[in-house]
Amino acid sequence: MRMQIEGSQAVAEAIALCQPEVIAAYPISPQTHIVERLSRKTKQGHIGRCQFLNVESEFAALSVLIGASASGARTYTATSSQGLLFMAEAVYNVAGLGLPIVMTIANRAIGAPINIWNDHSDSMALRDAGWIQLFAEDNQDAVDLHIQAFRLAESLSCPVMVCMDGYVLTHAYEPVDVPDAVQVNAYLPPYDPVQVLDPERPVSIGAMVGPEAFTEVKYFLHQQHLRALEVMPELVEAFEQHFQRRSGGLCSAYRMEDADIAVIAMGSVIGTIKDAVDELRNTGVRVGCVKIGCYRPFPKFQVSALLEKTTRVIVVEKDLAVGMGGIVSADVQSALQGRQISVHTVIAGLGGRSISTSSLKHMILEARAERLTEPYFLDLNKTVIEQELARRRDIRRAGPVAEHMLQTMNVIGTKVS
Amino acid sequence: MTTERIKFYQTGTFTAGNRLLDEATRTVQSRLDRTNSLNSGHRACQGCGEALGARYALDAAMRASHNQLIAVNATGCLEVFSSPYPESAWQIPWMHSLFGNAPAVASGIAAALRAKRRDDVTVIAQGGDGATVDIGFGCLSGMFERNDDVLYLCYDNEAYMNTGIQRSGATPPFARTNTTQAVGEHPGNPIGNGKNVPRIALAHGIPYVATASVADLHDLERKVTKAIGVRGARYIHVHVPCPLGWGSDPAHTMKVARLAVESGLFPLFEAEFGKVICSTPIRRKVPVERYLELQTRFKHLFGPPQDTEALAAIQAMADDNIAVYGLME
Ligand SMILES: Cc1ncc(C[n+]2csc(CCOP(=O)(O)OP(=O)(O)O)c2C)c(N)n1
Ligand code: SF4
Ligand SMILES: [Mg+2]
Repeated sequence: MRMQIEGSQAVAEAIALCQPEVIAAYPISPQTHIVERLSRKTKQGHIGRCQFLNVESEFAALSVLIGASASGARTYTATSSQGLLFMAEAVYNVAGLGLPIVMTIANRAIGAPINIWNDHSDSMALRDAGWIQLFAEDNQDAVDLHIQAFRLAESLSCPVMVCMDGYVLTHAYEPVDVPDAVQVNAYLPPYDPVQVLDPERPVSIGAMVGPEAFTEVKYFLHQQHLRALEVMPELVEAFEQHFQRRSGGLCSAYRMEDADIAVIAMGSVIGTIKDAVDELRNTGVRVGCVKIGCYRPFPKFQVSALLEKTTRVIVVEKDLAVGMGGIVSADVQSALQGRQISVHTVIAGLGGRSISTSSLKHMILEARAERLTEPYFLDLNKTVIEQELARRRDIRRAGPVAEHMLQTMNVIGTKVS
Repeated sequence: MTTERIKFYQTGTFTAGNRLLDEATRTVQSRLDRTNSLNSGHRACQGCGEALGARYALDAAMRASHNQLIAVNATGCLEVFSSPYPESAWQIPWMHSLFGNAPAVASGIAAALRAKRRDDVTVIAQGGDGATVDIGFGCLSGMFERNDDVLYLCYDNEAYMNTGIQRSGATPPFARTNTTQAVGEHPGNPIGNGKNVPRIALAHGIPYVATASVADLHDLERKVTKAIGVRGARYIHVHVPCPLGWGSDPAHTMKVARLAVESGLFPLFEAEFGKVICSTPIRRKVPVERYLELQTRFKHLFGPPQDTEALAAIQAMADDNIAVYGLME
């Protein structure tokens, strides 16, 4: 049913339709609205006999799901930022054990300085943990990806993170088509685990593996990810058949037919980039946009195929590999290995800084004119940095960097917009 | 087939001996049909108290639960010596995830069973003292606080043994470990540190808390059996000597464990819903020196010169336990 609904509420509805049996969660902004709604729905008995556990940490939340999933239950949790890092050890463990847990990441920056606003640093920090990572462009996408995620996870016995931009999506009211139970039940078969703790057939799960087979076990996980690249397009087809709309997928192109320049990104910024593309197209710039919908496994060949005719690629990413630069751009570069093509890295939107069409347009034109520094930080206030560097040269006990920067900028209280 | 073929001696104890008991009151361990939940062929050191404690507890739990058991294991000696694939010594459904999350993993299993309407299966989580009193403590307290339907078994060998004998929050005062060396002004573990997790468990008001010793098989089995019959969060803290870490003779594991009890240093008690309901009396009190002198981790206390102050402090701890738990009444 189509309704005007907050992103978090819509996602909670989608999760409820998938009938998880165990949910465990620990609150952190901007994930809270999702789990609050789910706790209410479970308490009302609207999700069958689903058990909702209020746990004492994110580490416990995911650990609870490890036990539940290994007992054959469909499981779900959601977190953000510090919460994802707090459960990091369990995140790897889930993938290594091959448990098909689905987790929403309401993407948020990582402190210090503490910051609750959106960027992709959290998912990026755990990108190589062995979870499939899907990124939602809008709230319809978020709803649909969660339904696909359970089917994908359970078909491969591999965990899936659905990443949606904190606040930008989680707290945005948009029209969303929330499907009904009949549609979801037809699309999503019941969970049939490949391993289960059962007193009738005792198995040991999670025992030690030495150098003899560790590589093979890890290679198997890698292989499952490569299989996901094949399975996902099929799931998208099947989804279209059941729900009469196209959602998800590995990657997709916008106005790329004759584009010399491609802007690549993930998540909600895609909408803004499309606007910038449209405006530049009106002035005769041949630019297009490529959305990466699945970041892990990384769809190398599919991305490369979309960039066949392109001579310049700009990767706009909401994260920073400190001391190095881009994370997504490094993957894009490896996908384009051997091709004569310039790849620019643009770091944007850190800690919730808004990304405007005008800044994007300016940046794209600068890139075309070969005037971008590498990596390029969108809308960076250089004056503040120079002043702080000078202070550091003059005063040994210069104090907290963050505080002085805000003083220099004459900001009173933190401004969000 | 008769049961005569099983020999079960506990020489030097006050126990009557199984063969003198009628069959119904004999221990689970002495029965031919015990499950050997932790089967032979594992890689524990000779005389490992933890290996014995785990088998005793789980065999009793298997019997009490009619073999409907799932166990979670924290990282540690027990997990490592029992499980390298493909030689798992576990005869029961068993899962290892991480060092610090066994209580939460068990809570998840219990939740899944509830969702699936399986109320006939018992969930056990087990770990060493490090897993329990230190790194997994948050998860343990959460499991208690929610009163999740899990029986947690802590095998307390008083240090991080699997990583090579480092101090934990359960290491006793003055004990030498590789991170509390017997050097400097106050050799060994500083006094005044450490935490008493059975008492903390009790403070959560959970349905059942007990301490047990690997040296008192009847008492241990009785407590495990009782715990299996209770629903909600349950905790049993089992004292298990580690010959390697304690520097004791592998042949003396039972003797050492028994002296810890008989000296008053490791009090045996049971509590229900936050109240101690009974304790196991000491039959003949022994001075703490009899216990300490069998372990090289306390060697520095015996000098020369003897550290009389330290020995008196340890004796005071034992006397305090005897008074608090009424062990001599
Ligand atoms: C997060 C984490 N930190 C440290 C370790 C290393 N480690 C593995 S087992 C262990 C000690 C276990 O001690 P305890 O729980 O007392 O069990 P024991 O081996 O003594 O039976 C340690 C420190 C680990 N595996 N994971
Ligand atoms: S080190 Fe101690 S606890 Fe570990 S196997 Fe050896 S005796 Fe047992
Ligand atoms: Mg230990």
